[in-house]
Amino acid sequence: MAKNCHNDYKMKFSGDEEFPDLSLHNNHMAKVLTKEIYAKLRGKSTPSGFTVDDVIQTGVDNPGHPFIMTVGCVAGDEESYEAFKELLDPIISDRHGGYKPTDKHATDLNFENLKGGDDLDPNYVLSSRVRTGRSIKGFTLPPHNSRGERRGIEKLSIEALASLDGEFKGKYYPLSGMTDAEQDLLINDHFLFDKPVSPLLTCAGMARDWPDGRGIWHNDNKTFLVWVNEEDHLRVISMQQGGNMKEVFRRFCVGLQNIEGIFKKHNHGFMWNEHLGYILTCPSNLGTGLRGGVHVKLPKLSTHAKFEEILTRLRLQKRGTGGVDTASVGGVFDISNADRLGSSEVAQVQMVVDGVKLMVEMEKKLEKGESIDGMIPAQK
Amino acid sequence: MPFGNTHNTMKMKYASDQEYPDLSKHNNHMAKILTPAMYENLRSKETPSGFTLDDVIQTGIDNPGHPFIMTVGCVAGDEETYEVFKELLDPVIEDRHGGYKPSDKHKTDINPDNLKGGDDLDSDYVLSSRVRTGRSVRGFCLPPHCSRGERRAVEQLSIEALDSLSGDLQGKYYALKNMSDAEQQQLIDDHFLFDKPVSPLLLASGMGRDWPDARGIWHNDNKTFLVWVNEEDHLRVISMQKGGNMKEVFNRFCTGLTKIETLFKERKHEFMWNEHLGYVLTCPSNLGTGLRAGVHVKLPNLSKNAKFEDVLKKLRLQKRGTGGVDTAAVGGVFDISNADRLGFSEVELVQMVVDGVRLMVEMEKKLEKGQSIDDIMPAQK
Repeated sequence: MAKNCHNDYKMKFSGDEEFPDLSLHNNHMAKVLTKEIYAKLRGKSTPSGFTVDDVIQTGVDNPGHPFIMTVGCVAGDEESYEAFKELLDPIISDRHGGYKPTDKHATDLNFENLKGGDDLDPNYVLSSRVRTGRSIKGFTLPPHNSRGERRGIEKLSIEALASLDGEFKGKYYPLSGMTDAEQDLLINDHFLFDKPVSPLLTCAGMARDWPDGRGIWHNDNKTFLVWVNEEDHLRVISMQQGGNMKEVFRRFCVGLQNIEGIFKKHNHGFMWNEHLGYILTCPSNLGTGLRGGVHVKLPKLSTHAKFEEILTRLRLQKRGTGGVDTASVGGVFDISNADRLGSSEVAQVQMVVDGVKLMVEMEKKLEKGESIDGMIPAQK
Repeated sequence: MPFGNTHNTMKMKYASDQEYPDLSKHNNHMAKILTPAMYENLRSKETPSGFTLDDVIQTGIDNPGHPFIMTVGCVAGDEETYEVFKELLDPVIEDRHGGYKPSDKHKTDINPDNLKGGDDLDSDYVLSSRVRTGRSVRGFCLPPHCSRGERRAVEQLSIEALDSLSGDLQGKYYALKNMSDAEQQQLIDDHFLFDKPVSPLLLASGMGRDWPDARGIWHNDNKTFLVWVNEEDHLRVISMQKGGNMKEVFNRFCTGLTKIETLFKERKHEFMWNEHLGYVLTCPSNLGTGLRAGVHVKLPNLSKNAKFEDVLKKLRLQKRGTGGVDTAAVGGVFDISNADRLGFSEVELVQMVVDGVRLMVEMEKKLEKGQSIDDIMPAQK
């Protein structure tokens, strides 16, 4: 969906006349944006032409979501986070547990620093997965990029990924060439990204020109995947059936560093800075951009009165097994780290490993009719 | 603000063929007409308000084709779009509007006395009659491109103008954002209200932005005269009623429309119009009269006849489902309306509907009796 927020005539109207009606809204942008902030920012644009109206359009068009507190804004390029910091800093603080404009973010992709994680019970933990995103410096982001840019990103990605070998040897499948059957299979295997139907994405302009320049690369084992040009330039994913998160994380770190090395050699590093860590399209993914999670059977725990409380204390979040804005099916939940910014990759995966181990123990207790009151964790 | 978003300044770093859209699976007017050379000529241009070629064509790229209709695949963002991008839009207009040339002049006739007949379509078959058109308010950008401030200003102007209508046109404005879901559903079911924006044809061109801000419906107390504000065009003006008295519908249409036009002029806001394109609207398919006059008519036999499509074509009519432009027919009931918009006057187009529907009902009656319709096949209008 296009977003034509580049209309020059809007400056003939006052800030108040242009200010969006957010009275029915409940997202981070709507909580933070004021008429004063809007008035200050409305005349600005980033060097590539992204404006505050571009930033907020998705939040204006999507007042709220039944399952998740949405961010309601996006970046169109690396400079968005600087040009619109007056809006984005408070949103980042609100979303990332009080993260301040002066805070520094730590990166740790040394998988050896993870303790345990190779023994989550596969009777409960059906699959394990770690993903992150990366943006390529010098290109604008998916809400804003042109076809030429998007194709440039795809071409670079194909070249970089083609040079991976060993356990990472694989192949690229452009979306334009895929049959509907192939595509459905990849979606059902949880390998492929959704066709763009979520209004959260379409209203931000991320579905323009679909499926041009989009595709999926995966290794022959289908345990390491890269999505090209969905919500971020790259999404890097390591996954497998069962509960061996340690192995998943090892592969994640090794593969990611290989890729980063190759992109740097081509003179296209990833967008990163010491305050925000890795720069991604959605402010919720800043920092590590990492979501480490499992699909786990918790039919009893999930109906327990303290379930939400436990998740909060463990700094974990639940989703349905279809992705960010779906419901859970059959007592199986997607449980992952809630944090992205302000803690490292290792720290976040550690929280998942420790937290899920505890929750499975709780599930087992509840199965036996025992209480879990003595096991409720402290706030991490 | 330099370029369009489609307003991304980085795109000019890429060669034209690196930016050229992949239209290999596409079947719409834009995809038929656009060439790499044309794209190269137009890609760096923009209208005074900042609308670019990529803005014009985005909807056609994102919607390769439609099962029921040949879509246009491009939109205007303001009045100047039709001039700045004429290299693309003139051929699209020509293709869509039966060979209409860049030098042709369009005639306007909203004198209802010039319509012959139309008060006697058989209500056993013709369930309802309706005439609609669109109008754009000069000085504002169009729905794909307008800002919230502009849209609200169009709404405000419309409310003021419509509030001063009187007599059987006296009515009331209902802002979409204040309407309850129940009210809204009722109005949709009565065919009074416009769809919530789910059609990707509209969404991909940016017309769903900020919904439902500054959108609304005004109607007279009888619900026979309606104005939609800020849907696909600034204004859609609609006259409708049950049964087959198209003459009365058209009378009310012309009277009401003329009054509204006067009220807007009094407030120093004309409608976008020129002698080549007639009334200027968002979709190139609605240029000229912007008029769609139609009926919901029961044609279960005729619609299954092998000659149905040919009959429609010869009569210069088109069929739609009863839910609107991109829906299917239900229960043998079709929405039959004029296919043309540009190059014919309002009176001429409504005359075609009146004469054509009368004939089609005759055909239906013959087919019911098992008779042939071969001898009443019309000539190409």
